[in-house]
Amino acid sequence: MTAGRERAATDEGAQAPLSLVSMQNHFELFQLTPGYALDCAALEAAYREIQARVHPDRFAHAGDAERRASMQWTTRVNEAYRTLKSPVARAQYLLELRGVDVGLETNTSMPPEFLMQQMELREALERAGDARDAAALDVLRAGLRRETRTLESSLAEAIDARRDYAGAAGLVRKLMFLEKLAAEIDLAYEALEV
Amino acid sequence: MALLQISEPGMSPAPHERRLAVGIDLGTTNSLVATVRNGVASVLPDQQGRALLPSIVRYLPDGRSEVGYPAQAHQTEDPKNTIVSVKRYMGRGLKDVVHVENAPYDFVDATGMLQLRTCAGVKSPVEVSAEILRTLRTRAELSLGGELAGAVITVPAYFDDAQRQATKDAGRLAGLNVMRLLNEPTAAAIAYGLENAAEGIYAVYDLGGGTFDISILKLSKGVFEVVATAGDAALGGDDFDQRVFCWVVEAAKLAPLGARDMRKLLVKSREAKEYLTYHGEAPVSTRLSSGEWVDLSITTEKFCEITQNLVQKTLGPTRKALRDAGLTIDEIKGVVMVGGATRMPQIQRAVGEFFRRDPLNNLDPDKVVALGAAMQADVLAGNKPAGEDWLLLDVIPLSLGIETMGGLVERIVPRNSTIPVARAQEFTTFKGGQTAMSIHVVQGERELVSDCRSLAKFELRGIPPMAGGAARIRVTFQVDADGLLSVGAQEKTTGVEASVTVKPSYGLEDADIERMLRDSYEHARDDMHARALAEQRVEGERLLAATRAALAADAALLSTEERACIERAVAALEAVAVGSDHRAIKQAADALNRATEEFAARRMDANVRRALAGRNIASLDV
Repeated sequence: MTAGRERAATDEGAQAPLSLVSMQNHFELFQLTPGYALDCAALEAAYREIQARVHPDRFAHAGDAERRASMQWTTRVNEAYRTLKSPVARAQYLLELRGVDVGLETNTSMPPEFLMQQMELREALERAGDARDAAALDVLRAGLRRETRTLESSLAEAIDARRDYAGAAGLVRKLMFLEKLAAEIDLAYEALEV
Repeated sequence: MALLQISEPGMSPAPHERRLAVGIDLGTTNSLVATVRNGVASVLPDQQGRALLPSIVRYLPDGRSEVGYPAQAHQTEDPKNTIVSVKRYMGRGLKDVVHVENAPYDFVDATGMLQLRTCAGVKSPVEVSAEILRTLRTRAELSLGGELAGAVITVPAYFDDAQRQATKDAGRLAGLNVMRLLNEPTAAAIAYGLENAAEGIYAVYDLGGGTFDISILKLSKGVFEVVATAGDAALGGDDFDQRVFCWVVEAAKLAPLGARDMRKLLVKSREAKEYLTYHGEAPVSTRLSSGEWVDLSITTEKFCEITQNLVQKTLGPTRKALRDAGLTIDEIKGVVMVGGATRMPQIQRAVGEFFRRDPLNNLDPDKVVALGAAMQADVLAGNKPAGEDWLLLDVIPLSLGIETMGGLVERIVPRNSTIPVARAQEFTTFKGGQTAMSIHVVQGERELVSDCRSLAKFELRGIPPMAGGAARIRVTFQVDADGLLSVGAQEKTTGVEASVTVKPSYGLEDADIERMLRDSYEHARDDMHARALAEQRVEGERLLAATRAALAADAALLSTEERACIERAVAALEAVAVGSDHRAIKQAADALNRATEEFAARRMDANVRRALAGRNIASLDV
C-alpha cells in the first residue's frame, strides 16, 4: 500500500545495510499516507504496535547491544509520533518534506493586522493576569482555541487540497504564535494558583 | 525453519526458568519489597510478619547500623545518629532543604549533595538509602531463597535528574541490579489498572511522607500511558507533622528545643495527626528533658486550619497536570489515592470536591506502589509470556534546557515528553578562533537559570579554530527509560569530532561506588573479588542466554560469516564464564556485545517490520 510496506517486503534479509532508523520518514514509519489530514486512530495503533516490539522494557535483561538498539528505536518512534500527533509540528514536517522551509528565523514578516491582533491579545492577557481574573483568562483561552481550529482547517485545505505550500507556511507561522500565547495563558493560570 | 522459531524479542526460550525479581517502594516514611509469585503480587514481610520497614537508619559508634524498627525505637534518645526521612535529602544541597532548623542532624554541606555527620562517620543520603535497600534485599533473598536477578525501585514522578541518579546509585550500592526506576504513581496505576481491569483516563493522587505527585494516565488494554505529571518533590505528610509541631511549640510557649526534645515532639505530633484521622480530638502529651510537661490537645478543626494551605498546595500541580494533558475534570474517569497521607480526611474531602467524585480507595495506599513495582519487575525480568505483558509509556516530569546569554534558559526537552527521548540543538562559537565552549545543563520550568536546578556544567574543547559563528556544535540530550539524562556534543563542520558524554556532577563514579562498598561495615568482610566474580558471571550468563535466544529466533538475518563471528564470541565467553577471572569474563562479554551490535540493530528493524506486517494482515481480515 505504501512505500514503507514495499520496502518491508523486499528488505528483509541479511543484506540490508542501513537501519530503518535513518531511512524512513515519519509517515513511512507508521505506514500512513503523507498529508495534513491524518487518521489519528491508525497513527496511535501503529505507534503502539511498534513500541510493543522495541520498547526498553522488553530488553531490560538483554545484552548491551540490544538495549542500545532498543533505546534508539524507541527514541525515534517517540519523536515521530510526537511530530505527527501535533497539528503544527505535523504541518511543519510535511512542508519540510515538500522542500518548503517554514523559515522561522528568516521569514519573520507577518501580516500587520495579525501582529496587531496578537498585540491586543497579549495586552488582554497581561490585564487579566494583573487583575487575577480567572474568568477573563477562560475567555481568552476559549477564543484562542476557536482561532486555532479555524487556522488548522485552513491549513488542511492549503496543504491537502490546494497544495499551496507557501501559503501553508504562513499559516504554520501564525499557529506558532498562537501556541506561544497558549503557553503564556497557562503560565498566567499558574500564577493565579500560587 | 527460522520462521517457525520466531519468539518474542528479548524473551527467554525457556519460560519456565523464572528470574527472581522484586519491586521496592523506597518511601520517605516506610519502605516495602514485593514480588510476583504464581501470578500474584504480594508484599514480603520480615521474620516477625511485618510488611513495612520504617525508613530509619541508626548508626552505631562501632560502625554498624540498625535499620527499621530497631532504629525507630531509639530515634528520640539518639536523634543525631538516627536518620529518618532521608529521601528528602536525596540529590539535594543544604540550601534546598526547608526547615533545616527543625531537623536534629549535624549537616555537612558538600558539592552537589548534603551529607550527615554521624558517630560512624560522615554519610551521604545515598549511603543511608542503600542501608534500607540492603535490608530489603536481604529480606527478599531469604524469603525467596536465592539471589535476586533484578529490582525495580520506585521514585516520585516529580523527582528531578539529581534525585533519580541518587536513587539508582543507592540501588547499586546495595548490590541490586536496578532494572528500572519507576514512577510511584505509575506503579500504583499498574496495580490498580490490572486489579480492576480499568480503562479510560485516570488521575493518580499520591501524597507520601515527603513528596506529592499527580499523574494523569490513559489506561487501555495492555497499555499504560502517562499523559502528564506534576507535583511537588518537597511536600508530604511530614509537613503536616511540622505544622502540628509548630502549633505545639507556640501554644505551649516552649523555649528553643534540643535535638532530643525536637524529635520527641515531632514523633508526638505525627501520632496526633494519625489519631485525628479517626477521632475529633488528639492529645499531645510528653515530658521534656527539662522536666517540663507539655500537655495539650488538638482538635480536628484546628488541625484542618493549620494545614489548609498544605492541602491547597496540592491542587495547583493538579490543575497544571490537567492543563498539560489538555483535559477537563469531567474527562477523568476516576481518581486513585496513593500514599499514607491520603488517609487524612481533609485530603479526601479536598480531592473529592476538586474532581467532583469520590476518590478510589480500594487498594491499600501503603502497599499499592510496591505491588505495582513488583508487577513491572516481573515483566522486565522476562517472566511474563508475550501477550500477557503490557506496554508502559512514561514521561519526563521537568523540562531540560541549557543556559544561554544573560542567564536565561533555552528549553530543549519539554516536560511531559514521552521517554526515552532525545533532542539535539546546534550551537556556534561567539568569537573567531574560539576553541572551547562551556555548556550548562539545567532542569526546571523557570526562565532564569538561577531558578532551575543545575545538573551539569562541562567544557567542550578541541573545537577547530574558525571564524566566529562558523563552527557547528551539535549537543544531544538523551533521556533514557529511567528518566536519566546523558549529554553528548560534537563539532560537525570540519569532520573533527570533539565528543563528550557528561555524567551529572552529583552522580557517583564506579570508583566511588566501589570505595563506599569497601567502606561499609557489612562489606568490609566480604571478599570483593568473589563479589565481582559473582556479578560478572550473572551478567555473562544473562548475555549468553539473550544471544542464544536471539540466534534461535533471527539467525536468518545474518550471513554465514557474520553468524560464525558471533558464535566465536559466544564460545569465547562460555570458555571463561566458568573460570574465576572476573576481568576475563568482562572482556569476553564486552567483545560479545560488540560482535552483536549490528545483529541487534537488524533484529530491531525486523521487529518493526513484523509489527507493521501483522497490522496489515489484521486489517485485511476485517
